[in-house]
Amino acid sequence: MHELAVAQALVEQVDSVIRQHNASSASLIRVRIGPLAGVVPELLASAFPLAAAGSRMEHAELDLVAAPIQVRCQTCGAETEAALNRLICGACGDWHTQVLSGDELLLESVELETAPSLIPES
Amino acid sequence: MCDTCGCNLTPGNQHLAFKPVAKGATAVSVLKGLLQKNDDQAGHNREHFDRRGILAINLMSSPGSGKTALLEATLVALKDEFTCAVIEGDLETENDAERIRAKGVQAHQIVTGTACHLDAHLVHDALHQMKLDGVDFLFIENVGNLVCPASFDLGQHLNVTLLSVTEGDDKPAKYPVMFRAADAMLVTKTDLLAVLDDFDPDKAEAHLRHLANPAPAMRLSARKGLGMEAWLTWLREQLAAQRARVAIGQSRRPAIQSDGQRLHRVTA
Repeated sequence: MHELAVAQALVEQVDSVIRQHNASSASLIRVRIGPLAGVVPELLASAFPLAAAGSRMEHAELDLVAAPIQVRCQTCGAETEAALNRLICGACGDWHTQVLSGDELLLESVELETAPSLIPES
Repeated sequence: MCDTCGCNLTPGNQHLAFKPVAKGATAVSVLKGLLQKNDDQAGHNREHFDRRGILAINLMSSPGSGKTALLEATLVALKDEFTCAVIEGDLETENDAERIRAKGVQAHQIVTGTACHLDAHLVHDALHQMKLDGVDFLFIENVGNLVCPASFDLGQHLNVTLLSVTEGDDKPAKYPVMFRAADAMLVTKTDLLAVLDDFDPDKAEAHLRHLANPAPAMRLSARKGLGMEAWLTWLREQLAAQRARVAIGQSRRPAIQSDGQRLHRVTA
């Protein structure tokens, strides 16, 4: 449900990157999403075209990179992969862990078109 | 963090920044949280609270788990001790704000229309319409929803997540993003446990621990006044802790958010 709000925030952020670099448009947008971010990649992908319509990234490819969930055990120190609802240590089973990755919602990089567009803007 | 000088580049992520691409195009590394704008506003809200010595608490749960009833009982219990204020978030109606006002407490209703969560901007606009002088506790009752509110920082210091015994005790396992964000979990409506044989509070707590969450799990019934003292004591302790932090120029973000900032490494 809230993925449209996230897509709108993404469009705003990419737009400011386009402006900062005096580019004409964005061709590829790479976003890193961990399962613990609470954003469903498929829903974000379908919300993006709605949010990007008429903007300088409406033809951009949205590359959603899945971040695995990784935890570090505070008891035994092991770094292991974990499931969304079982963030316990994969080595000793203790629940005193810290999430190292898997809760990201990160605009990682943007590829910009710097050449002037051949098609005049209407 | 900085967008201009490149100080957000680390040995772990710099390969993302300088990726060769086709002629006429350039790749730019951003490495910014997607909700940066919301988070900036949330930080601003937090500064507001800190300057005034307010402890802001975000209440989240499914619809009907007893957030407003908990607030009513809490506000009455704290009446002689503290000044409280409430922001209510609902899709429609002023009903909840009216229930709070009936207890003699300032309440502002945010009507979200169709939006399923509050965000930092909505809360900021609400703050500008409230009298915050002398307020000790600001309770923000989020939209009843176990999914979306977890992703939006409002500027609160603490997240409190309610789980009523009429729901399943495996809710923390089903909605891990929400329950991982809790600084305290309240098992509510415990007076009904006598007639509900399928809810085990111990199991609910075990599911919370499986999310690596050390938050206290308190059991209470706001309607029957059961277990309220532990919750009220926790609130008093948290306010004292917040005041002590502010006195030395510090603040607090809900646990997982600061954790995430500190620990995030980008590995592509």
